[in-house]
Amino acid sequence: MPDASTILQQNAHVAGGGTTAGTTRRRAPVTGEGPVARAVLIGVAIAFLSLFLLLPLVVVFVEALRAGAGAYVAALTEPDAVAAIQLTLMVAAIAVPLNLVFGVAAAWAVAKFEFPGKSFLVSLIDLPFSVSPVVAGLVYVLLFGAQGLFGGWMRENGVEIIFAVPGIVLATVFVTFPFIARELIPLMEEQGTGDEEVAMTLGASGLQTFWRVTLPNIRFALLYGVLLCNARAMGEFGAVAVVSGKIRGYTTTMPLHVEILYNEYNSVAAFAVASVLALLALVTLVAKVFLESRYSDELAARSH
Amino acid sequence: MRISIRNIVKAFEGGLGRPALNGVSLDIRSGELVALLGPSGSGKTTLLRVIAGLEVAQSGTLLFGDEDASDMSVQERKVGFVFQHYALFRHLTVADNIAFGLNVRDRATRPPPAEIRRRVDDLLELVQLASYGKRYPAQLSGGQRQRVALARALAVEPRVLLLDEPFGALDAQVRRDLRRWLRDIHHRTGHTTVFVTHDQEEALELADRVAVLSGGKVEQVGTPDEIYDTPASPFVYRFVGESGSVPVEFRDGRMWLGKYALPIPTDFESSQAGDLFLRPQDVEIVEREAPDAVAARIVGLRRSGATRRAEISIGGVSGPIETVALPQAVLSVGEEVGVRIRKGQFFPRA
Repeated sequence: MPDASTILQQNAHVAGGGTTAGTTRRRAPVTGEGPVARAVLIGVAIAFLSLFLLLPLVVVFVEALRAGAGAYVAALTEPDAVAAIQLTLMVAAIAVPLNLVFGVAAAWAVAKFEFPGKSFLVSLIDLPFSVSPVVAGLVYVLLFGAQGLFGGWMRENGVEIIFAVPGIVLATVFVTFPFIARELIPLMEEQGTGDEEVAMTLGASGLQTFWRVTLPNIRFALLYGVLLCNARAMGEFGAVAVVSGKIRGYTTTMPLHVEILYNEYNSVAAFAVASVLALLALVTLVAKVFLESRYSDELAARSH
Repeated sequence: MRISIRNIVKAFEGGLGRPALNGVSLDIRSGELVALLGPSGSGKTTLLRVIAGLEVAQSGTLLFGDEDASDMSVQERKVGFVFQHYALFRHLTVADNIAFGLNVRDRATRPPPAEIRRRVDDLLELVQLASYGKRYPAQLSGGQRQRVALARALAVEPRVLLLDEPFGALDAQVRRDLRRWLRDIHHRTGHTTVFVTHDQEEALELADRVAVLSGGKVEQVGTPDEIYDTPASPFVYRFVGESGSVPVEFRDGRMWLGKYALPIPTDFESSQAGDLFLRPQDVEIVEREAPDAVAARIVGLRRSGATRRAEISIGGVSGPIETVALPQAVLSVGEEVGVRIRKGQFFPRA
């Protein structure tokens, strides 16, 4: 009778010598692919990502620094560039908080109440995703432009929207509206109203319930939505291009400024400004990854 | 706090015609532990939520003591509500969850921090979670979470404690432990308590009185003994405890099951048809030739804890009826036996 260790040795020998003995059978997991298929799939994915995502990112920075750090700094400190950066920050600073409020309100209404026209409202929230940004911009021109629906009234009252900052803010708010609402609706629907009901039975007012219960429950999803909303607000081109009129130093945001510079064959300056946008994208990406790890922990904690 | 519920009607928008509560009246005495028992859709949870102020009734009145609470807000009612799925605030520690109701009070009525801390510690002690104050809800088991939810409800010194299927999400062993524990807590704190359950065993074991609901109406209110021993309607008989029924009729001052006269005294004069409702212990398996035996056939045998149960079909006229089989009796499925029906409750057929 062989003891356990010799059996182990024998098995190791058999496994090492192939499957001829038929005592050990090596098989890939049932759902797994063969090694070749796996290598090809991974290779294709990496090649694709490198070619279409990583390479352009590298090119942006290489081009921006082609003429040296001095030219790079000069391109960014030039008055029109500074104005574009300021305008972009300002537009985001207005549009993101607005959509924060709208998004939370819309998500709250959709997730916690039943009312007629609810599914219509949900489709409406998705509208900016499905409409081309250019169309969105044109709609605002038709409404608020000099020949537009409200044009006459605005001229008489000295209100300027199109080819001015308010138009850019409006277009940006429109385009970035769904990001926060879309992020919150599924989460709030899943959480239901139990926590709020408990808070109220414990004596909390509506406002206290919102600040102490509802908001903490959605904080990571909200932050995530704000991040995506902000990235889009700063990077939006199409809708803003239509309504801005591209008045240099006044109504050009960073993406518009990049285009103008590029069309003037000033590629170093164009890429310098573009690199700031790319950097912003990278920061957003890192923050997003960090949040996702935190956020998924919260989700996991909830489920057991 | 005495609670008087008078003719409460509550229909949900888009409900299928029938109101969730269709004229419910119920008196809950101060310090009493009352169970609202019923199948899903019977309106028991809606009634609990109406008492809490989480739902607004279309008509009827609700009195807390002598005070009309019908139009009070949720906050004004000062009830403690415990949900089936705990609804603990996941971003707060156990201690902060319990302190929540005290922390949200305005400055005039909020106890000082040291007092809040002391009260939280006392409650943690009461629910046997003394060392768990700093943990988060996600780090607790289901039973522990439900105890925290109860402590949180007790922290605000509620006028009435309302529990919605408090043990519904827990497994059997934890349920039993918590049931005993809740009974104990109720004895010690003396809160008027109303809990909703669809589990008749839980209701009978725990409650001082049970209100059986069906289709938005109260079918019967009584002590567990009254509910089990003298059910007021076929519904209560069927819903509470195990039961079966056989069609019977009165003729010539006797009760007849088909061609068999049953040895059950009757006081019915006229002839009347109806159903005789039976508990397992009302039906005894006997020899086929025994006096008063009714012919029956065994259609199933099963074991339930300490007892063996036989399912029988009587006289070819009834569906399977449970009986308690004698442990030593050798029975087999398909066997023809006799049964003696010693008592039962008659309900005339509508």
